[in-house]
Amino acid sequence: MPVQVQGEVLSIRRVGAYQAMTVVAPGMAELTRPGHFVAVQVGGPESSMLLRRAFAIYDVKERGVYGGTVEFIFAVHGKGTAWLSSRRAQDKLDLVGPLGQPFKLPREAVNATLVGGGYGSAPLLPLATALRERGCRVDFVLGAGSTDKLFGQLDAKRIATSIEVTTDDGSTGRRGRVSDVLPGLLDRTGAEVVYACGPMAMLKAVTEQCTERGIPCQVAVEESMACGIGVCMTCVLPVIGDDGLTRMVRSCVEGPVFLGDRVRWDDIGSLPEDVVGSLNAPGAHR
Amino acid sequence: MRPANEELPAPVIDMTTRLGAVTFPNPVFTASGCAAAGQELDQFFDISELGGVVTKSIMLSPRSGRATPRMAETPSGMLNSIGLQGPGIEAFLDKDLAWLASRGARAVVSIAGSSVDDYAKLANKLRGQKGLAMIEVNISCPNVEDRGQVFACDPRAAAAVVQAVKRSAPTGVPVFAKLSPDVTDIVEIATACVEAGADGLSVINTLLGMVIDTTTMRPALGGITGGLSGPAIRPVAVRCVWQIRQALPDVPILGMGGIRTGLDALEFVLAGANAVSVGTTVFGDPTAPIRVLDELARALVDRGFERFEDAIGLAHKPPVLLLPEGPDPVGDELQGAAE
Repeated sequence: MPVQVQGEVLSIRRVGAYQAMTVVAPGMAELTRPGHFVAVQVGGPESSMLLRRAFAIYDVKERGVYGGTVEFIFAVHGKGTAWLSSRRAQDKLDLVGPLGQPFKLPREAVNATLVGGGYGSAPLLPLATALRERGCRVDFVLGAGSTDKLFGQLDAKRIATSIEVTTDDGSTGRRGRVSDVLPGLLDRTGAEVVYACGPMAMLKAVTEQCTERGIPCQVAVEESMACGIGVCMTCVLPVIGDDGLTRMVRSCVEGPVFLGDRVRWDDIGSLPEDVVGSLNAPGAHR
Repeated sequence: MRPANEELPAPVIDMTTRLGAVTFPNPVFTASGCAAAGQELDQFFDISELGGVVTKSIMLSPRSGRATPRMAETPSGMLNSIGLQGPGIEAFLDKDLAWLASRGARAVVSIAGSSVDDYAKLANKLRGQKGLAMIEVNISCPNVEDRGQVFACDPRAAAAVVQAVKRSAPTGVPVFAKLSPDVTDIVEIATACVEAGADGLSVINTLLGMVIDTTTMRPALGGITGGLSGPAIRPVAVRCVWQIRQALPDVPILGMGGIRTGLDALEFVLAGANAVSVGTTVFGDPTAPIRVLDELARALVDRGFERFEDAIGLAHKPPVLLLPEGPDPVGDELQGAAE
């Protein structure tokens, strides 16, 4: 169950192209699991920006010197994140969290491969720690456009058995995409489960490569959201349910973590005829 | 934004309000499409403490809604093009309304149809349902492909829907028609609805709007156009409430459009609203409805009111000195600027 907290910024630091923000948010850390996200109010109480910004939670501390903290990573994309990047220690920040469905952990000690694109690696790092605590082998693939957009390399090296890095410009690791190295890694390590977070195109590619090999794959999607708590119905995507039917499902409440092969990647942004209640079904009232 | 002021004692004031045949314990409601069916918000505050929970418009059959993107943030507002996604009336009654009834919440069920007959069937399904306090007839959703389907843009079509709902709806349950501001003369539509039997009016639905993404150079929304909501539309909404109150002095009005604070709610009340809905603000502040209720009660007490209902439509009356001497305690920043 999420809480709404008037938090206080503890620190903000630049990490490559990103910002890492730690907020004292009593009551949130102990509820948080890897894959949960937090929704942050931007612009202050009189802001003309009404909607929260959602970020995957990177790190939590249940008991710091100042009380429980949550840390999230963000990139400056627009006015809201620009405002957020101008916050300093002791500034107030209204947070709602933890939100969404976290990653599901395997019962057995299995070989897990974690695939992060850009700062999509943020929620995978606490996940890796949780997997290691269960005796899992963890291998990482991190990819980004360029070196400054890689996140968590050092953490990943510390936690994982192996790490492969790709950049589009070849500035670090191998030139190319994570999907160029993932098949080889999966075969080499005998991966039994895959977790991924990053851009939609990457998640689609990772899902396809896992499905070919029969490896279950959990992905954390990025959809634009207005509320983050399940009331606005803006962050939906077509997902196949246990009954085999496709519905437009909220990524904030039913997600952001989905089984990759349940998401109809090619239909995101459109409305297939066979979605339950589809407005594009023959004879439907639009 | 600001949490309810817990240090101060609760203000002593009679907040009850009558909407048609039903008396509600207070005048602050959720808004249709901004609170689902209450369960999500109940994680943040006790949903039964609100005057009523207005549920997302429900149709006869399950409906997917429109393709994404469905949302674009705009200055002090947002555009949405959800397109009435929902589970259909049967699942709604079994799960959502039953849950609201079990929580002791007063449900205001919003219904939407593609034809007059759809509305009549929906109203009929609501007969004998526990927890149902009121029906809001959504004749003004802008997110439909055919503008001809926006019944609230035509007085005859609006009246036909209201009449059909009144014939089929359970007796004793007020039927409110939700109006669109996208008309030349909202009073004409309001009058047509009341003459057709509406017990009250919900004012206003979103304004039809559009955003073009200058990076992709295409419309930002999957549905191309969408409904504009939030504080950006508040002056339009207050004007609509004012005009309808002036023309129809005795018709109950549920006012909504960009309410963010108790003082925003008070504006609607002074313009003539018997109750208010807090909508888009909830997306950024899930506890907003209960905070607005607290702030509204305090603002009324500060102005010397003992009963909420005494404030309804007061802006239409000649000015009276209500305040004790001394400055307005609830900062009205523009006061100084006007001098």
